[in-house]
Amino acid sequence: MELVVDGVGHAYDDLVALDGIDLEVRDGEILALIGPSGCGKSTLLGILGGLLRPTRGEVRLVGALPPGTLNPFTYVFQDFALLPWRTVEANIALALEHHSLGAAERRAAIDEVLALTGLADFRAALPKQLSGGMRQRVGVARALAARPAVLLLDEPLSALDAQTRDLLMEDFERLWAQRRITAVYVTHNLDEALRLADRVVVLSRRPGRIREIVTVDVPRGARSMAALAGLHERLWRTIRDEAASADREIAADAA
Amino acid sequence: MPPDATAAPAAGRTVPFRGGGFAPRLHRGAALVAFAALIAAWQAAASLKLVNALFLPSPLQIAASLYAMAATGELFLHVAASLRRILLGWAFGTAAGLGVGFAIGLFGLVRSIGLPLVSALFPIPKIALLPLFILWFGIGEPSKVATIALGVFFPTAIAAFGAVDNVPKSLIRMAQSFGLPPFDIVRKVVLPGALPGILSGFRISASIALILVVAAEMINAQTGIGALVLLAGSLMQTDQLLAGVVVLSVLGLVISFVLGRLERRLLRWR
Repeated sequence: MELVVDGVGHAYDDLVALDGIDLEVRDGEILALIGPSGCGKSTLLGILGGLLRPTRGEVRLVGALPPGTLNPFTYVFQDFALLPWRTVEANIALALEHHSLGAAERRAAIDEVLALTGLADFRAALPKQLSGGMRQRVGVARALAARPAVLLLDEPLSALDAQTRDLLMEDFERLWAQRRITAVYVTHNLDEALRLADRVVVLSRRPGRIREIVTVDVPRGARSMAALAGLHERLWRTIRDEAASADREIAADAA
Repeated sequence: MPPDATAAPAAGRTVPFRGGGFAPRLHRGAALVAFAALIAAWQAAASLKLVNALFLPSPLQIAASLYAMAATGELFLHVAASLRRILLGWAFGTAAGLGVGFAIGLFGLVRSIGLPLVSALFPIPKIALLPLFILWFGIGEPSKVATIALGVFFPTAIAAFGAVDNVPKSLIRMAQSFGLPPFDIVRKVVLPGALPGILSGFRISASIALILVVAAEMINAQTGIGALVLLAGSLMQTDQLLAGVVVLSVLGLVISFVLGRLERRLLRWR
């Protein structure tokens, strides 16, 4: 199964956010989208999962969905998007309630993702009783319960502190080692992208175009800072140049 | 110059605290004491003949009047009649207000038509329409219930569409991303998300229902607190008049208490 992005562009009225995006998300890979603020990363993610209609181009799913898929394109949101009136268990159940699953099957699916994300002891807790990291774990558990073909993560760690971010990245690494889920991971953090992704797509400043696609050919277990230093330096220079140019353009527009 | 670690701490002034106030806290029992003091002062003024009992009957006179009306069953007849009208009018007005409010909140065309209409009609004093309702529905119960329902409808509709607007869009997008059908999104996301705003609207609409029932009962009603107050006023029975006012105040408190319990039960997640 592959996701093919073919000439996608998007504009919000007169503001062109994305232009001419050609890309494929390969089966089982983790693809990171990175770029300066406002480059259209989240817009592209919205288009990939069908939450936004592209102004130009299309996104195609090529090949068969993995067996048992309930919700092919499933998001993990930056702000967690948990229903505050539902418990952890009921928030996860939301992803399953409209599917024709038996009570036992639904229960088993919830138990499985609760165990996988270390939330089994918090199933009856309300979101307000959880830390930010725990809330995002609920978001991940809910997404996994929907048995996605492609997991679409929209800056899932950016609302969290550095320590929690690190712990959740370990969770993601463990998860991807256990389950081969195709994922598109939007982030503005280059360290996250290099630590987690198989390929990194660097978008230019607005309108977002693909500036560079880089394969991270260091095995995930061996991605130390030293091993990634060269790649980090090169990508950082690209992103910094784009961000600086974007700032200059904004200043010139304002003048 | 580097600081000297062995030097004694320099003398100086304590930094003044400036962060107090602007955080009002409830003082338990203060309201009860103030209320008791007010009634005691009022009773004392009456007992010392500082005020004319016809113009301002004493609390004891009002209590005696309440007791006498309760003993004959007259009080319960009036309260029951008013409550029946309030409940019917409030139920009709709330059902219609929620329906229209949700429709305005969810559908662009309804919003385009409904929002200016509601804004234009909301400020009209609904009691001014009672004569018209009497023409339409007759002098009996329906015109009174319709007046209350109309009065309840507007604040409920406004509270409902405001509450729907305030449901975080991110939650709706989340539900869409999981493929929930639109009706499920309304039932599982929009409705519970809008509940705090709707319940706040209930407080306002319940108060309006109480005001309107009294006004409506002052026009050709034999029973009801409004009728009782009007009749007592005509006969200069000011103790009975104020007894009616006390009953209204208690009704308001009861409604507020019930809504408070409802909020606490339904909004435990906040």
